[in-house]
Amino acid sequence: MRDLNRLTAQALVDAFASGKTTSVKATEAALDRIGHVDGEVHAFLHVDAEGALKTAEAVDRDREAGKPLPPLAGVPIAVKDVLVTKGLPTTAGSRILEGWIPPYDATVVERLKAARLPIIGKTNMDEFAMGSSTEHSGYGPTRNPWDLERIPGGSGGGSAAALAAFEVPLAIGSDTGGSIRQPAAVTGTVGVKPTYGAVSRYGVIALASSLDQVGPCARTVHDTALLHEVIAGHDPRDATSLPGSAPKIVAAATRGREDGLEGTKIGVIKELMGKGFQRGVSHRFEEAVHQLKSVGATVTEVSCPSFDYALAAYYLILPSEASSNLAKYDSVRFGLRVDDGGTIERVMGATRAAGFGDEVKRRIILGTYALSAGYYDAYYGSAQKVRTLIQRDFAEAFGSVDVLVSPTCPTTAFRLGEQIDDPLTMYLNDIATIPANLAGIPGMSLPIGLAPEDGLPVGLQILAPAKADDRLYRVGAALEGALVDLWSGTLTTQAPPLEGAKA
Amino acid sequence: MASLDRSEVARLAALARIDLDDCDLDRLAGQLSAIVDAVAKVQEVATPEIPATSHPILMSNVFRPDVVLPSLTQGDALAGAPAAEDGRFRVPQILGED
Repeated sequence: MRDLNRLTAQALVDAFASGKTTSVKATEAALDRIGHVDGEVHAFLHVDAEGALKTAEAVDRDREAGKPLPPLAGVPIAVKDVLVTKGLPTTAGSRILEGWIPPYDATVVERLKAARLPIIGKTNMDEFAMGSSTEHSGYGPTRNPWDLERIPGGSGGGSAAALAAFEVPLAIGSDTGGSIRQPAAVTGTVGVKPTYGAVSRYGVIALASSLDQVGPCARTVHDTALLHEVIAGHDPRDATSLPGSAPKIVAAATRGREDGLEGTKIGVIKELMGKGFQRGVSHRFEEAVHQLKSVGATVTEVSCPSFDYALAAYYLILPSEASSNLAKYDSVRFGLRVDDGGTIERVMGATRAAGFGDEVKRRIILGTYALSAGYYDAYYGSAQKVRTLIQRDFAEAFGSVDVLVSPTCPTTAFRLGEQIDDPLTMYLNDIATIPANLAGIPGMSLPIGLAPEDGLPVGLQILAPAKADDRLYRVGAALEGALVDLWSGTLTTQAPPLEGAKA
Repeated sequence: MASLDRSEVARLAALARIDLDDCDLDRLAGQLSAIVDAVAKVQEVATPEIPATSHPILMSNVFRPDVVLPSLTQGDALAGAPAAEDGRFRVPQILGED
């Protein structure tokens, strides 16, 4: 078969079933592609060729023998380095965990193994998922396959870039304030942050525990749906895991694509448009809203006035929780130790100074401040009240519409280095994605075209009520269907070829 | 609301066990002040009658059956430690000389 790397997960599954190719061939193709282009892209922190091929061989053997296999068996996948993997290095992008080999698997990793997907490797990210560009990785930035001088988004820039560079068809991300959706938007790929608690966080290195959620990433809505169903579901080892059965995701995507959106009510969020949004982003967003109407949806404008305070609340809640979660990097049980022969207090101070990057230090200190006596009510307490206001805005909006839409982020991919010294400007990249994390609701980003002024991908965000993740897929698949017809293929097929691949 | 000055950042960093040199302190104090000024905005709308939300989807009394499950072996638990001795984590001295 021609270029296996460009096939969707569904097309690979079909090709395995019809005997046109094998999992070993698909896995080898992914590894070859990584060998060719990852020197430039740097999506991966670790590649496990041996482990991936071993899984692929076993799947091929069982298929040959006619044994029943799970739906995505044999499809290569990349895993964000924030999920622990037994026997494979896991760093969360931090030097403080350099060389650490976890003694257990995250539940999501266990599920991928049970579903028999070859795990190709671990993807790059901003250190402990703090950032919107991967420039805060302790191991150097990932580059955007659309333009190697630009950021791939963050914190999950590695997973998104691995998809956009055709290194893998599927990837796992995590989203605390937009770390799945914003990288998807700026790389022309699809990413979903499920409802808080819909996917287990057992074995996911914690950033902010009341915001973190793991989710699926791919190049199409349908592939994302297939992966969503593999990883979602209750896990008794995560006390925040939602009990009960997960919504039927793949069926919802199929229905959206086949039946359109007749009868669906969509709200456009007034506060996430206009001022502060790049012209080409707004332009493509308006076009996409027209497309939604053309496939049958009714579109109205809704107001969520408290969203103006979401960013401020987020940058109090996240650092507060992070300052507590990151106290465990104390040089005792795992990770780095810088020992100058002094007391443990001295060793901890020196270890954390050497092991953490600037952004992590900033946020830990900010969180320590927000939680300290005398400031707690004014900062952390007030931020929690804003969280209530955001939830009320969503509740009111979902009283009149089925889903909400906005641009995923205010701009297309910016240049590496452009915002690195200006944390507040960097934080603004997440202005449209943060409200969903504060409220615990699910969100999707999918590509809606290229901004005319710079030729870079633009994403549209869909938001649904908690536990109604299936609505994201129904609306997303309907919109994607209309756009793919228009473009005669997914947006990623328009990405310029990488130098390494020409050689 | 007062911004974070250099000495306050030094105090917080000590509480958080992160050594900072003079150069770090200068840089971080400026950046953190700007961030604190920006996030103080939450106080404009956080009036007393609004309840706080600590968790997006409330659940209470999350239990599991009280049965023993496998856990890490001692060797596995110590495998990633910077130093171990006699099957235990080895730590630097806790108390100073003075």
